[in-house]
Amino acid sequence: MVSDLGALGSQFFVGLSRAMILFVVCSGLSFVLGVLRVPNIAHGSLYMIGAFSAYSITKLVAGPAGFWLALILAPLVVALVSLVAERALFCHLYQREHLMLLLFTFALSLILGDLVKIVWGAEYKSIMAPDVFNGSVSLLGASIPRYNFFLLVVGPLVAVALWLFTNKTKMGKIARAAAVDREMVGAVGINVSWVFAFAFVLGCFLAGLGGALVAPTVSITLGMDHNLIIEAFLIVTIGGLGNMWGAMVGSLIFGLTQAFGVLFWPQFAIVFPYMAVVIVLIWRPRGMLKSVW
Amino acid sequence: MQKSNLNLKVLWLLVVILVLLILFPAFLPRFYTYILAVIFVTALLAMSLNMVVGHGGLFQFHHGVFYGVGAYAFALMLTKTGLPMWLCFILSPLVAAAVGFLIGWFCVRLTSLYFGMLQISLGSLIWAIAFRWYDLTHGDDGIHGVPIPDWASSTSGAYYFILFFLVLCLIAMYIIHRSPFGMTLQAIRDNPARCSAVGINVRRHQIMAIVIATFFAGVAGVLFVVLEKSVFPDLLFWVLSLEIFIMCLLGGWFTFAGPIVGAAITVALRTFVGIYTEYWTLILGVLLILLIFFLPEGAMGFFVQKFEKSRDKEAALAREQHAES
Repeated sequence: MVSDLGALGSQFFVGLSRAMILFVVCSGLSFVLGVLRVPNIAHGSLYMIGAFSAYSITKLVAGPAGFWLALILAPLVVALVSLVAERALFCHLYQREHLMLLLFTFALSLILGDLVKIVWGAEYKSIMAPDVFNGSVSLLGASIPRYNFFLLVVGPLVAVALWLFTNKTKMGKIARAAAVDREMVGAVGINVSWVFAFAFVLGCFLAGLGGALVAPTVSITLGMDHNLIIEAFLIVTIGGLGNMWGAMVGSLIFGLTQAFGVLFWPQFAIVFPYMAVVIVLIWRPRGMLKSVW
Repeated sequence: MQKSNLNLKVLWLLVVILVLLILFPAFLPRFYTYILAVIFVTALLAMSLNMVVGHGGLFQFHHGVFYGVGAYAFALMLTKTGLPMWLCFILSPLVAAAVGFLIGWFCVRLTSLYFGMLQISLGSLIWAIAFRWYDLTHGDDGIHGVPIPDWASSTSGAYYFILFFLVLCLIAMYIIHRSPFGMTLQAIRDNPARCSAVGINVRRHQIMAIVIATFFAGVAGVLFVVLEKSVFPDLLFWVLSLEIFIMCLLGGWFTFAGPIVGAAITVALRTFVGIYTEYWTLILGVLLILLIFFLPEGAMGFFVQKFEKSRDKEAALAREQHAES
């Protein structure tokens, strides 16, 4: 079926760059899961807000500067939204049952989804990557678009930054400690509520960053949250809940199976990643890497 | 004595409601009859979910799939094969139950969130196949104009047809809920470790519960096709599953009839708020947040609590009087 190696190679890089976007989003989801123990359904909506605000920022500021500004500002917008939601509503619910928190995030996703519709309307939006990313790079005999190459750089950068943050800074260490034993963290005099707020906002920031990164490669629409969040949940689960490197492994599995699926059986390409998830979960129900739960 | 009196009262209330529901189509405009029928189908679906979520304590995150499978099986059997309708009607929920058994068999080996996630991925697999297998399911377009016999295809015909099966299923569910099996299931929800310690096969009970619940979800799917005469992949999408999960919460998931209330609220909200504004999910979201903050037991749970409180007061009063005399 596959005649030339070049197609295989370029498809490999397509999958890899898709995996990087998934990773940026999923690492945020995984971080929130690890610290707060809440599967944040609104994560997808925040990703969508990230993409839409990137669109608005590039409309306001023309030229390549707009794109770079969007890459910085859009995640901050999302972080602000999540901070408001967390401090106003979510922080009062931490004592409640788990399912209640899940349902709260679902309610939040309903509200945010409609707010996006009110603010940006229901039409398709798209933004252009700056001219720097026109053309393609040749790598290992396969030619890949420059923007995808850029994603291949950004993904690992985010991973390293997140690793440095959680392992080398005091705040990150506190967040990790809160993930393992929140009562103990509270007992030594740390305000756990603010740690949670910080973790939530950081996770949502990453969702926004993912949204801004994906914006030039897809058409920005309502409903992009629904497709993403389900993939993100599965990735986080097969990687190991709350484990950042697990999110990386999960994203790679998901992105690559999808990309190769397109090559082997285009009609059922979307079936392959789900199949991979099923196999992983049956083989290792707790995920590939150690989960923090 | 008092208890049986109470049950009699409830029974009378139910009979009155049933009679009213039977009389409604004669008075109400067709649109309202249709909405009521939608509520019936959705209520049956939510009830079937609550069997495993509320009473079984399982994280059944992708229940909508079984509803969709039932609907698709029915629609495909009617359009592609020459089987008589009653046979399709019996077979389709069985197909849903078979899929439920298959998925449940994998899922019950995991717990809580992992259970839910495996189910979502298996369910999404089915959704993806239905979405892409264009030759069989017509993919995104769905199947329209499913041939339903004339007597069931008019709005009031479909209404009575659905009402009949809803009542039948609810009675069956209530019997199951009150049976030793149902009681065991609730015990497993409350303390699985202790149940397995006294010799109950926890997994087998959970699989049984899933199979029964998916069967009823399949019935709901069939009734959906009878009402709408079409199927589409959104029936299998996980958003619907979350919506019915919400209905259980809205109505109160530790009560038997709560999900019916939840389904009625959700459908009514979607229909009537939808007339005035397209942002009905915003309102649903706000309502949900209010509910989480102020009525965590759900609407029905709230009333049941009040009711029980007042009954306790009456009992205490009676005891006092008895002591005085």
